[in-house]
Amino acid sequence: MTALLEVRDVSVVFDGFRALDGVNFTVDHGELRFLIGPNGAGKTTLIDIITGLTKPTTGTVSFDGAVVNGKREHQRVRLGIGRTFQTSVVFEELTVLENLDLAASFRKPLASLLARRKGITEKVAQALETTGLGELAQKKAGVLSHGQRQWLEIGMLIAQGPRLLLLDEPVAGMSSEERVRTGDLLTEIARDHTVIVIEHDMDFLRRYASTVTVLHEGKLLIEGSVDEVRADPRVQEVYLGRAREEAAHDVVG
Amino acid sequence: MTATLEKPPVTEAPVKEPRDWRGPALFALVAVIGLVVMPLVLEPFRLGLLAKYLTYAIVALGIGLAWGQGGMLTLGQGVFFGLGGYAMGMHLKLNDAGDGLPDFMVWSGVETLPALWEPFRNPVFAIAMVVVVPGAIAWLLGTLVFRQRVRGAYFAILTQALAAAMVILLVGQQGLTGGTNGLTNFFEFFGQDVAADSTQRGLYFTVAIVLGVLFLGAWQLQRSRFGRLLLAVRDGEDRVRFLGYNPATVKTITFTLSAVMAGIAGALFVPIVGIISPALLGVVPSLELVVAVAIGGRFALAGAVLGAVLMGYAKTYFSEELPDAWLYLQGALFILVIGLAPKGIIGIISSLRRRKEAAA
Repeated sequence: MTALLEVRDVSVVFDGFRALDGVNFTVDHGELRFLIGPNGAGKTTLIDIITGLTKPTTGTVSFDGAVVNGKREHQRVRLGIGRTFQTSVVFEELTVLENLDLAASFRKPLASLLARRKGITEKVAQALETTGLGELAQKKAGVLSHGQRQWLEIGMLIAQGPRLLLLDEPVAGMSSEERVRTGDLLTEIARDHTVIVIEHDMDFLRRYASTVTVLHEGKLLIEGSVDEVRADPRVQEVYLGRAREEAAHDVVG
Repeated sequence: MTATLEKPPVTEAPVKEPRDWRGPALFALVAVIGLVVMPLVLEPFRLGLLAKYLTYAIVALGIGLAWGQGGMLTLGQGVFFGLGGYAMGMHLKLNDAGDGLPDFMVWSGVETLPALWEPFRNPVFAIAMVVVVPGAIAWLLGTLVFRQRVRGAYFAILTQALAAAMVILLVGQQGLTGGTNGLTNFFEFFGQDVAADSTQRGLYFTVAIVLGVLFLGAWQLQRSRFGRLLLAVRDGEDRVRFLGYNPATVKTITFTLSAVMAGIAGALFVPIVGIISPALLGVVPSLELVVAVAIGGRFALAGAVLGAVLMGYAKTYFSEELPDAWLYLQGALFILVIGLAPKGIIGIISSLRRRKEAAA
């Protein structure tokens, strides 16, 4: 069985700057993979390459055995690749429910979208339940707090029913209470989905026994379990660009 | 905050969606005023003016859909209005001319009927073209530009250039289009004297009903999933792609609908006002309707219609009383609305209502 996602030898050059440099990256069915690295390491660029927002200068992206390089963003979503953004972009004029409903409806033929939404579909109900946004269903997304918006984004992703979920720093800017809630959410989602999460908070990673991929300056530095990565001197060297002792303390401690 | 951290029980239906009857009630009231009261109280001349404003309101409805709901600032709806108008005008001219040539062709020295005109003898063909030509051109334009992610001011400028080009094309083809004068001097409209009060009355009812039907259609569209998607495209086109939809398709469909509405309005305008000419569909009239929609309130379909009718009345009134002041007043109103009340008259009304409800 082939891997679900296979990024082969991908490089991206922006105006002479190599954002990614010959990256090979494979994710299997059902995996929960963390993608870490200091700022500017190329994490978001890698996600952009996978979802079609950025075109690679060289290299290929294969999803479920088929090369998707030529596909546009919405076509990749239709194949089953879904993502969230670092700064959440929910639709503020629509209610929470309408946001989720739109996310759940993209497989419907266009003509059937001309009908009004009647009630709540199962997928939307499930997304409301998983994210705990049920009470806010009728509120416009514009009134949500930062944390609630991130959950709504994740909820939209669940409603979309993708085979691969890419989450770009889902806990950035969240209070510790919100982080815990998001962590639970992530565990729940990872149970029956393939998930890639960008995160550079090592504390957040510690609770998951899964593979971590470390990027640095556009290159893949190391891939392994959380413990292996923590113990690796190169990671300690580069992680967060801090002095060795401080980084070691942060990572190990 | 804390409340949302706990999951609500699944069985508890989290959503109640109350039905709001105020909108339908208001629509019914306006329909009664439009179809019963106005024809009774207005003399034929004034009823004709209202019929003209209602044709503008149809264009405005399309602008409300494309701009207010879909974020496509279209400054060239006159093009589609004109295409519909000319299709109707050509049929009426041919019908009046019988076996001969339309009068302006004779004056221009044209000796045989241009091939383009021939099929417009058939009323069914002409009416079909009223819808098909504007729709096809908007579809083609939309397909070309939205795919390339042309939007915002660039799209607005493009549509305005289209309006300017259309005028140049029409003026330049004197023998084919009647040039600057356009098509006018119609006598018969589907077997009736076009100038007769009864015909004009019938036309008033026709345009009022067409507007009502299109409004209901647009309203339904706005409330559908497609309508929600359209708002999403307006507010975050790039995000919509990651929901699995192609924004270009959504925009092309909406833009085409707005063009078809403008085409229908143009076709109704011709027998009501008795002329279609380049001056009626160029940059200025196209802009005037956008201004009217902004003043009425572009985020509500009713605002677009209201704006078009009010601005139509205001233009007539001030042009009669203070002809020099109108343009300044129009400009000042536009600036005031954009600066102080970006949601227009409808926005002011609903914020007053909210304040009243909050006080009660």
